[in-house]
Amino acid sequence: MRLVLAEDHALLRAGLIQLLEGNGFTILHAVDNAPALDAALLDPAAEAAVLDVRLPPTQTDEGLRAAIAVRTARPGFPVMVLSQYVEQLYARELLASGVGAVGYLLKDRVSDVAEFVDGVRRVAAGGTVLDPEVVATVMARQRDEPIERLTPREREVLGLMAEGRSNAAIAGHLHVTEKAVAKHINSIFTKLDLPIGEDDHRRVRAVLAWLRV
Amino acid sequence: MSTPTTTGTPGRLVLTAYAVAQLFLSILMIVLFVLWVVGGVLVVVWVGLGILAAVLPATRWVANLHRTMAGRSLGTPLPPPYRPLPPGGFFVKARTVLADPMTWRDLGWLLVAPVVGITVSLIVIVLLLGIVTGFIWWFVTPPLMQARATFDRWFLCYSRTETLEQRVQVLTETRADLVDHSAAELRRLERDLHDGAQARLVALSMSLGMADAAFDSEDPEQARRLIKDARSTTAGAIGDLRSVVRGIHPPVLADRGLSGAVSALAIDMALPVTVDSRLPGRPPAPVESAVYFGVAECLANVGKHSGARNGWVRLEHEDDVLRAVVGDDGRGGADPGAGTGMLGVMRRLAAFDGTLSVSSPAGGPTIVTLEVPCALSSPKTTPSSGPA
Repeated sequence: MRLVLAEDHALLRAGLIQLLEGNGFTILHAVDNAPALDAALLDPAAEAAVLDVRLPPTQTDEGLRAAIAVRTARPGFPVMVLSQYVEQLYARELLASGVGAVGYLLKDRVSDVAEFVDGVRRVAAGGTVLDPEVVATVMARQRDEPIERLTPREREVLGLMAEGRSNAAIAGHLHVTEKAVAKHINSIFTKLDLPIGEDDHRRVRAVLAWLRV
Repeated sequence: MSTPTTTGTPGRLVLTAYAVAQLFLSILMIVLFVLWVVGGVLVVVWVGLGILAAVLPATRWVANLHRTMAGRSLGTPLPPPYRPLPPGGFFVKARTVLADPMTWRDLGWLLVAPVVGITVSLIVIVLLLGIVTGFIWWFVTPPLMQARATFDRWFLCYSRTETLEQRVQVLTETRADLVDHSAAELRRLERDLHDGAQARLVALSMSLGMADAAFDSEDPEQARRLIKDARSTTAGAIGDLRSVVRGIHPPVLADRGLSGAVSALAIDMALPVTVDSRLPGRPPAPVESAVYFGVAECLANVGKHSGARNGWVRLEHEDDVLRAVVGDDGRGGADPGAGTGMLGVMRRLAAFDGTLSVSSPAGGPTIVTLEVPCALSSPKTTPSSGPA
């Protein structure tokens, strides 16, 4: 898989290149500022992007803006956004930029190499990967219909789905069988009135409904 | 033939009408003065308090009427200079009124104006009524009424020097508060870093040192465990640093300005909070930060104490005043003096001549208004300093 990488700290950029290339990704362009990123994203050979939110020249949120822009220009283009801090506001903006194929993680999650690489793969495959910190704030919120209809266990499963975990991973986390997880997920789909369709697509839609995007 | 008058000041007939009004009002003023004296004496048997409570607003009303007339005669508006009444009971308000020098100047004016000031007004009226003296009236009315206005202004308004003295007083107080506040903030930061990130980094270095030793003693299992510990300690240190950074200057405020940052706060709330932002540009960074932390404190209180089901925030900028209004449909009865949080916000706003007011009747709703006089910069979404 050919990636565009944007990260302005030289050390982190070198680390990410090493980490991603060591796990079977090809780094097509590695850039350190917003204008170079915009140019790199125009490359038709690029298949996905891993972006830092803060980039020169203004060091605000140009990575996020580039992510949303490229997903408008190339619908469904997979983007994994990394940041020193996570904001629900940004998570919503990213999720609203198209269905699925989007990730939003704290930078320090990179230290868990296997999980991070798995996250990038899931995003590239069209999944949604949200940082556990974003998920935790959503969990703390008072809910109204139709999310209220979910049982606490179902909400837990939905939260783990939002973090981008597979059924097997959710089962491992909750110490239940994969079959039980599948049952919970089906029940969630029914309660949220999600149209029948491809399973991956429904997962993403369930997460969107949960975040009320 | 015409006598030049200052442009924008009332004509002679209007000035004479003022004189007539002043003549009748002086009767009221004499009554008020007598009531002040009677009320003052009767305070010892409590009845006096009731009399004074009624006489005070009447006095201020009469004084304000004269301020308006004097302001028009002189061509410069003279706003009421009274100190704002603090929220609280009768005695809290009474203390503020008694400590306000303008209360006593009003009283002195009540005594002197019906004697001295009124002669001037009387001359103007008599000159017009004695038909043959009409031409004298034509000439002397403007200067006489200006003299009367100057007389009233001397009693009823602070002079330039007094205004400046008061300003210096306020600035001295807010500066002292600000210095205290920043010293306390620095202490808090020092403590947060010392107990948080710094302590964790020390633990991290220890874990790595021990892992190093474990490799030497050929115990890879132990070394692996220590490195795993070191990784979770690193995650903790990063988390600590992140919360310290948020406390200093939230990144989303730098990215998106006040509107975006307040929206981010609202989204993170456990209850639904709607944000209505009508800011055409960005306020100066220090004001933005002070108002942001003020709104954050208010929203935290809404979440913790109000028992509200819904909240809302409105941001607007009118007449060079930035206003943030935070409301909820909770149980009300909030006391801004109860916690240190709101007092901290007030001090921080005071440094910019800003104010915080709370309306929270029992049963709700609670509405907190933060106001800071400031100009907005041109509408731009990013605080760019480099080339675009």
